[in-house]
Amino acid sequence: MEDRSNIRVVVGMSGGVDSSVTALLLKQQGYDVVGIFMKNWDDTDEFGVCTATQDYEDVARVCNQLDIPYYSVNFESKYWDKVFQYFLDEYKAGRTPNPDVMCNKEIKFKAFLDHAVGLGADYLATGHYAQVREKDGQVEMLRGVDDNKDQTYFLNQISKDILPKIMFPLGGLAKREVREIAEEHDLATASKKDSTGICFIGERNFKEFLSEYLPAQPGEMQTLSGEVKGRHDGLMYYTIGQRQGLGIGGSGDPWFVVGKNLTDNVLYVEQGFHHEALYSDELLAVDVNWLVDRDLTQPLKCTAKFRYRQKDSGVTVHVNEDGTANVIFDEPQRAITPGQAVVFYEGDVCLGGGTIDEVYREQQPLSHLG
Amino acid sequence: MSHIYLDHAATTPLHESVQEQMTSVMQNHFGNPSSIHFFGRDSRKLLDQARTTIAKSINAPFTSLIFTSGGTEANNLAIFGSAYANEQYGRHIITTQIEHHAVLHPCERLESEGFDVTYLPVDETGQVDLNQLKEALRDDTILVTIMSVNNEVGVIQPIQEIGELLEEHQAVFHTDAVQAYGVQQIDVQEMKVDLLTASSHKIYGPKGVGFLYKHEKHHLKQQVFGGEQERKWRSGTENTLAIAGFEQAVKVLMEERESRNTHYQALFNELIAQLEKQEMEFSINGDLNNRVSNIVNISFPKTEVEMFLTNLDLAGIAVSSGSACTAGSIDPSHVLKAMYGEEDERLYNSIRFSFGIHNTLDEMKQVAEKIQPIVERLKSLS
Repeated sequence: MEDRSNIRVVVGMSGGVDSSVTALLLKQQGYDVVGIFMKNWDDTDEFGVCTATQDYEDVARVCNQLDIPYYSVNFESKYWDKVFQYFLDEYKAGRTPNPDVMCNKEIKFKAFLDHAVGLGADYLATGHYAQVREKDGQVEMLRGVDDNKDQTYFLNQISKDILPKIMFPLGGLAKREVREIAEEHDLATASKKDSTGICFIGERNFKEFLSEYLPAQPGEMQTLSGEVKGRHDGLMYYTIGQRQGLGIGGSGDPWFVVGKNLTDNVLYVEQGFHHEALYSDELLAVDVNWLVDRDLTQPLKCTAKFRYRQKDSGVTVHVNEDGTANVIFDEPQRAITPGQAVVFYEGDVCLGGGTIDEVYREQQPLSHLG
Repeated sequence: MSHIYLDHAATTPLHESVQEQMTSVMQNHFGNPSSIHFFGRDSRKLLDQARTTIAKSINAPFTSLIFTSGGTEANNLAIFGSAYANEQYGRHIITTQIEHHAVLHPCERLESEGFDVTYLPVDETGQVDLNQLKEALRDDTILVTIMSVNNEVGVIQPIQEIGELLEEHQAVFHTDAVQAYGVQQIDVQEMKVDLLTASSHKIYGPKGVGFLYKHEKHHLKQQVFGGEQERKWRSGTENTLAIAGFEQAVKVLMEERESRNTHYQALFNELIAQLEKQEMEFSINGDLNNRVSNIVNISFPKTEVEMFLTNLDLAGIAVSSGSACTAGSIDPSHVLKAMYGEEDERLYNSIRFSFGIHNTLDEMKQVAEKIQPIVERLKSLS
């Protein structure tokens, strides 16, 4: 085997099974592996119990099993400024933010990468389901082979320049295989439940969590034609296309959130999954980040995802002079949500992505989206 | 990779003679010292011997030692025990901002129970001001607890002067001497302390044992209930094995304290000389003229402590900084905060080196040579 003992790989370890197996695979491949736990959030409760402490204990157990050194780094204040503040600001603006995208952009693949470089790392590795591949002297990011777990959607904002320093050892594996490897090696985290939801909220009630930080302003639920259908608990608790929790009775098709009016604090609802107010054919993306070198003066035909785990749809991307992009859909799309990411693909290559800012139908902005 | 251990203020390895003594005790003595039979008496004899040796080491009577599970428990017993025993005379306690958490957290707990706690500030050198102590003293002050030597910066507090100052006051005077015991001559009569904490594992003895010295005129409220051990001040079967090891560590300490200090000072001088030779920018936190020989806290401008410590460990150098916080991350040192204020960059770029008997002058050279490129790298990132 090639001697890799002089190649230092810093692994971002969360205490979960994915990053545990990431470290294991790299160790097996002979790298000088260093495990680092990122402490981004403090949820210490009244009894002094903190999720991070428990997760760090798991990191310690796994690293001791693998006989690799492990450390911790505290990004709490940076996370608060760069991710949590953005998260609150977006909700305040009536949009649905994606903190995981921001965390990858600002923390894991920026602050943490800097930290790894400071530790003399040649590479940074994480347990994301994505792949990096060198092709014609360029490093590209590809989808993970496990279609159901592919996480490139959340990675669309990382800088192209850092791809040569990144390793995603799980990209070629299915989640099931990762669990099997963990069990085979009896890793302490082999049967640990996957974390769900947004990391700083964890298993807690989302509504309750948000209300601790943003004042909820209850208001009216109306149809687009102005018919009052009830009350809402605060616009931030709802997202476009949502059906649950509206509490509108009566006959006929179920009711869905189709938009928000921030000025008047009105939540728009309409009847039917396929209500036309939910459909659009174009969006404006801002903060567009490209992971490939392309001629962007010409319209780009590719596919796109508008939410995590959605199937790709055909689009044409027109990049504007200011770097924003108009994305025109081959087929009308349902429930495109401002604040979420739009991510572009060509085959398995992730081209980049941006943040959905405006949504259009027949070139008219859908003003009811807020 | 060879590892260099410079974290002796955290803990020390067992002295060879302590290992031998403990092995022998393990093999030959197991009785419960409270038992009335031969086996009990056999262990009781060991315990009495240890108590004699250790009491003598601080010039205290045989009956004044209370063995505990270590420094933390001794501090807890001193603080809670004397606060609850003297509540009828007042509810005011004086301590400092730079105490170990084993003192600060019990004080905070008492505060939450309605006691009034004054946390004395320190100056830039880490010294408590006697005048401020005088001003803080009140008629209802029942306890003054001030450490002998600070564990992070090695600064020595004027314990004897404080003892004299408090002689005419009702307040019980406790000192946490965990870091002092291994390097300073301790004489509880001269220091005029009422309570004193020491720990075994900081002086090449085993972990899990320490003691609280208690002047006979003072009472404590018992904190651990059960049997009659330690004259009921601390119930629970005595940890004979560890106490015997502790005794052996104290025996060696009494013989070697002077020569150890000479060695530690030589290591300190060499480390500083080697760092200077590497042309690194650094400064020493604390007071060069009023420090113990085995602890030095150094600030390296434009470095970041978390990354620095990790780099040092990856390079085989074991040092520390501040106190560990949740999930392995590091909180800025409350000691440096008290010395320099909240905003000072030294809070975020300082490292503690603490020397031991096995360290060599050549290791100091190696350390300086390994630190140099790390500091350069960190400065280039900042």
